Amino acid sequence: MNFAQILRTSWSAIATHRLRSALTIIGIFIGIAAVSLTIGLGQGAQRMISDEITSLGSNLLIVTPGSSTSTSGVRGGMGSATTLTIDDATALTSSTVAPDISGVAPIMSSSQTLTTSSTNWTSTAYGTTASWLPVRSRTVQAGRFFTDADVTNCATVVVLGPTTAQELYGQANMAVGQSLTMGTAQYTVIGVLTSAGSSSLGDEDDIVVMPYSTMSQRISGGVTRLSMIYISATSQASLTAAYQEATAALLTRHGVSSSSADFSITSLQSVLDVASSITGTLTLALAALAGISLVVGGIGVMNIMLVSVTERIREIGLRKALGATPGVIRLQFLIEAAILAVIGGILGIGLGYLAGWLISQAISITVTISWSACLLALGVSALVGIVAGVYPASRAAKMAPIDALRSE
Amino acid sequence: MARVDATPTVMPTSSGQQAPVVELQTIWKTYGLGRKNDSVRVDALRGVSLSVGQGEYTAIVGPSGSGKSTLMHIIGCLDTPTSGTYLINGEDASDLSEQDLAEIRNIRIGFVFQQFNLLASLNAWRNVELPLSYAGVPASKRRTRAMEALEKVGLTDRASHKPGEMSGGQQQRVAVARALVNNPSLILADEPTGNLDSVSTKDMLNLFGSLSAEGRTIILITHDSDVAATAHRVVQVRDGMITSDTVNQPDGGMSFEVPLSSSVGRERRSGGNQDPGGDAVPGGVRSAGAEVRP
Ligand SMILES: Nc1ncnc2c1ncn2[C@@H]1O[C@H](COP(=O)(O)OP(=O)(O)OP(=O)(O)O)[C@@H](O)[C@H]1O
Ligand SMILES: [Mg+2]
Repeated sequence: MNFAQILRTSWSAIATHRLRSALTIIGIFIGIAAVSLTIGLGQGAQRMISDEITSLGSNLLIVTPGSSTSTSGVRGGMGSATTLTIDDATALTSSTVAPDISGVAPIMSSSQTLTTSSTNWTSTAYGTTASWLPVRSRTVQAGRFFTDADVTNCATVVVLGPTTAQELYGQANMAVGQSLTMGTAQYTVIGVLTSAGSSSLGDEDDIVVMPYSTMSQRISGGVTRLSMIYISATSQASLTAAYQEATAALLTRHGVSSSSADFSITSLQSVLDVASSITGTLTLALAALAGISLVVGGIGVMNIMLVSVTERIREIGLRKALGATPGVIRLQFLIEAAILAVIGGILGIGLGYLAGWLISQAISITVTISWSACLLALGVSALVGIVAGVYPASRAAKMAPIDALRSE
Repeated sequence: MARVDATPTVMPTSSGQQAPVVELQTIWKTYGLGRKNDSVRVDALRGVSLSVGQGEYTAIVGPSGSGKSTLMHIIGCLDTPTSGTYLINGEDASDLSEQDLAEIRNIRIGFVFQQFNLLASLNAWRNVELPLSYAGVPASKRRTRAMEALEKVGLTDRASHKPGEMSGGQQQRVAVARALVNNPSLILADEPTGNLDSVSTKDMLNLFGSLSAEGRTIILITHDSDVAATAHRVVQVRDGMITSDTVNQPDGGMSFEVPLSSSVGRERRSGGNQDPGGDAVPGGVRSAGAEVRP
């Protein structure tokens, strides 16, 4: 009996016992769908976090005024204290004081209403230096960013986030060269930023960026009140060193000890690390659930295989009586189990993808269904199905034909 | 009508003579050995010795439960004896590998089961072609040969029916067709006419007669004395032992008994009288000669 014939025999056994085959396939495919989906959810969440890290710049430090460890009990909220100055920011740019810091961007912020000839829009305005662009790892999609010269000259220029530009001018590339009114002064739009989405720092696309000097002069009445300073370390590895250098420099400048520090420095990485470890735990929990569903699915597959083979021991006896060798019988059942596992596996992966797509449509969670998760699920259920199907069949194939024929 | 195949396979012995197709030497079969409860143990065969030569047409008769089917299963290499030796074409069956046994069951032996044992999910001709597929016959030829075999048993019109859609007699004939499809040299039939009416029985006996004329060895079990009468030789089994072994005269005249010396267990009956019908035969069993006389 050649392979094609055995294949045909296996296939006709599957086709003639539709209910039994369908039940086996369902067992396998539910298991695989559950596993690939749960793992996909976890991996999707982790992917979202790592995307955010890359978009924010993974070597970013944020200095905020006020201390989270204030002994006076007065907790300085972000931007409410005036302890950070432009000089502080300038001091941190020194390569002797802070060799591990590559860029410093002081930030003033203010909510502003922008008015054009046809419309108006409320957005957050940030006053900063030309370093803001590299420090925040942003780019411009149209026009240019302002320069150090613009800062020195208190130029009345602004760079818009893509959402802001869209709201004001309908189209991002239409914005460059236009003018808008903010407060009492008129500004020229010189550039539009590339979209960065929204992050844990807020909506990054609906912003107005301008020289801090201009903001100080035109908006806050000569006062330079920094709400924060962004610092970028030369690399992710030097983040700790940059943190220590910035802390030491600012403590010295402010003449305070570390126990009464009037500022605090946060690493975005550390925030994200916590978030990431939370989703990591979540993924693990989901994977454990997936594992359980895999075990349950596997037991289902095993049961139905065992039952279907036991029920067919008489058939095995008859086939042996008619001249089938144990090898041919083993191969027949192996192929049957493999066909069922493959069909169930393909359907299961399909269902997993479909459910993942539906979930990401319904709620904005990315579901990343990885091939490794699918292969794992497929491998386990196929293995279980094949072992549970082939082992009893091959035992029956070793019996004397008449004993198999007489079995209950 | 029937296809004449190549001369059935015969294994010559070392002496150059033809070995008997079937040679049983003091075969015992005990059921229920693995069980704890001794009362379920049954000695189904108690020292059976029997030799069947090439081309012989033998009927096995005996009361229900006497061990006929058990004997047939051992002859068909479907079961193994508890003790004793079975030589098939001179080869010790216990020395044969699973592969050899599969080939013997497939090509050399055609077995008709008492319970038919058809696969319920396959229709008649698919059931009949099963032995062909294990023999490696290409699919294109299998259907033709299966249909030819069904024609021999007069069932062409039921070729596409499943066993559940056929009468007992029709199923029995499918089982016979399946046994014949590979042109085996040894045909073993366990009550092949048990479910047939007198006309179908006659057709079946004609079929067996022509198979025998082709030189095939036939052993059949029957309760029907008319069926037994068509055989060349009648072996009577009682309580797991052969109690008589008679040769029918072809002209329907006298039959004579062959000495039972070869069919009575030697070791277990030490010192016993080997005279046929003598005291050595336990239970005072009568000679079966009268019962099977035509
Ligand atoms: N698998 C088995 N387990 C235990 N006992 C068995 C088994 N098969 C048969 N027997 C016993 O062995 C004896 C012989 O059975 P067997 O089937 O050979 O009888 P038989 O001559 O074919 O009868 P019948 O004419 O009714 O078919 C019987 O007593 C039966 O009960
Ligand atoms: Mg019987």
